[in-house]
Amino acid sequence: MTSTDLGGRAAPPAAGPGAGQVRRGRGRLGGGGAPGGGGIVPYLFLAPYLLLFGLFVLAPSVYVIWISLHDWDFLLPGKPFVGLQNYLNLFKSGTVTSEPFLQAMTATGKFVLYSVPLLVAVPLAVAVMLNQKFPGRNFFRAAFFAPYVLGVAVVGILWRFLLDPNIGLVNHMLDRIGIHTDVPWTTQTPWVWAALVGPTVWWTLGFNAVIYLAGLQDIPRELYEAAKVDGASRWQQFRNVTLPGLRPVLVFVITITILASANVFGQPYLITQGRPGRETRSAIMLIGQEGLREFRMGNAAAMSFLLTMALMLISVATFLLFRERKER
Amino acid sequence: MGKDRNTNQGPLSRRQFLGIGAGAGAGMLLAACGGSSTPPSAGGGGGGGGGQFGEGKDYTGPNVSLAFWNGFTGGDGPFMRKLVDQFNSEHQNIKVSMNVLRWEDFYPKVPTAVQSGNGPDIAIMHIDQLATNAARRVIIPVDEVATVLALQQDDFAPAVWQAGVYKEQRYGLPLDIHPLLFYYNQKDMQAAGITEAPKDRATFEAAAKELKGKGVDNPFWVTSTWPAHLMWWSLIHQFGGTPYSEDGSQAQFNSDAGVEALTWQVNNIQQGYSPKNVANDAQAVAFRQGKNTLTWDGIWMMNEWAKVKSLDWGAAPLPQIGDQPAVWASSHNFVVTSQAQKEPNKLQASKVFISYISDHSIDWAKAGQIAARASVRESPEFQALEVQNIAAQQLDYVKFPPAVPGIGEITAPTFELAVNEAVLGKKSAKAALDDATSKANQLLAANKKKYGG
Repeated sequence: MTSTDLGGRAAPPAAGPGAGQVRRGRGRLGGGGAPGGGGIVPYLFLAPYLLLFGLFVLAPSVYVIWISLHDWDFLLPGKPFVGLQNYLNLFKSGTVTSEPFLQAMTATGKFVLYSVPLLVAVPLAVAVMLNQKFPGRNFFRAAFFAPYVLGVAVVGILWRFLLDPNIGLVNHMLDRIGIHTDVPWTTQTPWVWAALVGPTVWWTLGFNAVIYLAGLQDIPRELYEAAKVDGASRWQQFRNVTLPGLRPVLVFVITITILASANVFGQPYLITQGRPGRETRSAIMLIGQEGLREFRMGNAAAMSFLLTMALMLISVATFLLFRERKER
Repeated sequence: MGKDRNTNQGPLSRRQFLGIGAGAGAGMLLAACGGSSTPPSAGGGGGGGGGQFGEGKDYTGPNVSLAFWNGFTGGDGPFMRKLVDQFNSEHQNIKVSMNVLRWEDFYPKVPTAVQSGNGPDIAIMHIDQLATNAARRVIIPVDEVATVLALQQDDFAPAVWQAGVYKEQRYGLPLDIHPLLFYYNQKDMQAAGITEAPKDRATFEAAAKELKGKGVDNPFWVTSTWPAHLMWWSLIHQFGGTPYSEDGSQAQFNSDAGVEALTWQVNNIQQGYSPKNVANDAQAVAFRQGKNTLTWDGIWMMNEWAKVKSLDWGAAPLPQIGDQPAVWASSHNFVVTSQAQKEPNKLQASKVFISYISDHSIDWAKAGQIAARASVRESPEFQALEVQNIAAQQLDYVKFPPAVPGIGEITAPTFELAVNEAVLGKKSAKAALDDATSKANQLLAANKKKYGG
């Protein structure tokens, strides 16, 4: 590549709000403290958001804790205070909630474990490819992103029928190419996990890929050219220029992907119905069932509080893990 | 889960498809935040003095509007809408607006909506939901309506009439009864030389064997999900058991009858009459495609089968596999909510509407239902409905759960799960039902404590 190529690029390296963060971070942003003034002004600017946040996130969250300490049905006059009993029941074996809760958390954990690596790696590969110059690039960018515009119900029902063990198109095709066993995609472990993770990757990879793509375009061309001059191979360029350049984006992607996967609901609800048995029933599914359909809101609140705590811990851990390397 | 999820039973129409998409999609995104947004409680408003529904069958007061909610999202929706439109055009001072949502959303939403005053004044609920909603004070007693409208047990099947009573008060006025039904593919039957629909265990199993020998790979698909647990519910009664003790205080799924019932279901797979791993709706799709010859499904599916031009199907009462005839059924009931109670005019108008629809329930029967009233069933118009009449032969032995609050919610985590585990080969019939029974007993005890016995 030469400087003519560089000039031809639409976006100059330093453009965009988050653009220079990586490269120039220490130079400009990291240098100074707060720009004088302060006082009440920043809070006024934040107020509208804070109000909404307080009203719709903070207050309900506190309310959830309150509910979780009761045997709560919002329609019944009596809501006996039970202290930490709802929480203890989740861990005491033999109670109505302990085994389903453990199972739901395990199912959620498995889904996160199987889906997050793929949802972090595959979109990255796709983004790197789509960042090349080749004819039809825009078409492919759109094509990879397209499934993301579908709702989970469409995706879920579509794949439920495609993957049906007996009447599904996938098994029919496998049969055509000479694999004659009916794979129980939606009814037996371990196949159910493929039936949940596969469609999820297909569905959401476009979103992560777009974020990566934005990140890739913010990595200055000169760095690649310098690496090339030093004789770096393509892999070395990826390893030493692309990845470090993407680190903040990567942290972001990993964090939101873990959270999104841990909140999985639609796919197991529609594709496997939580089957076989309860093996693919996710935590959110259980909480919804317990609280909204069986009206045991105290239990459901305790479960969602624990789920939230677990997710916050995981998010902080992810953040620390990746931040540590930044402070050399 | 709702009892008759017509919409989930097969290929969805495009509009239904998109509608669900929008709803569930939004739910998915919102699921990201942990906070529950349940509004604070203000206690229930039960009770109510006598005569609140007013004198006589008519309503002569000022103009009033009634919100009417139900879960008729499938082929049954248009039938009800037509009846409502008809009612509105014939009643100048009452305007009924109908709101339809999926049963799965209906039951969680109605209590909240009623509580906030934005819910229905009248609604349709399934028979196993009446006690729960009565105990939670979502709905109010309607004995008075029954009296004013002169609706009496004589005019209803006793089982369905009695099942609407909770703590000696009537909460539901039955509109229909919808049992399981046995459907078969005529073409396959003829090819196998079977001239009469199997009626008992011997003929049913012989038919399955014969069909398998005559080129139908899997003549009787046993699904692992809906309505597998309703088949089991029918079978346990057939083998002489009951899922719950009579007062609804104990679960006895793992009785000999229960285990025998589930074992029979699983045996159909082992003998190759059913493929393994039949997932949600696959048996119904296969029946439409002519791959599944014998299937047990809800009566409401009749209109779905009728849409498939290439399908030549017949219907019969559920075969008697066990020692006595029995069949799962549910019933749609009119209920009046505690919200309507706040306005006397609404209460008085509601009885006019209920009376009207009940009197016109022949038009509702056409949606694939058995009319609850004997006077309607005996009418020549109903006699002309072939499938509904076949289904009505089962009315003497339909089996409902006991009227205990919370009982409808016990199904999914207990025997519905057990049937799934056994059909998928995860557990033996006995082990699965043992687990389900002990869990159900815990839930029953918890419900008893919560709703005060």
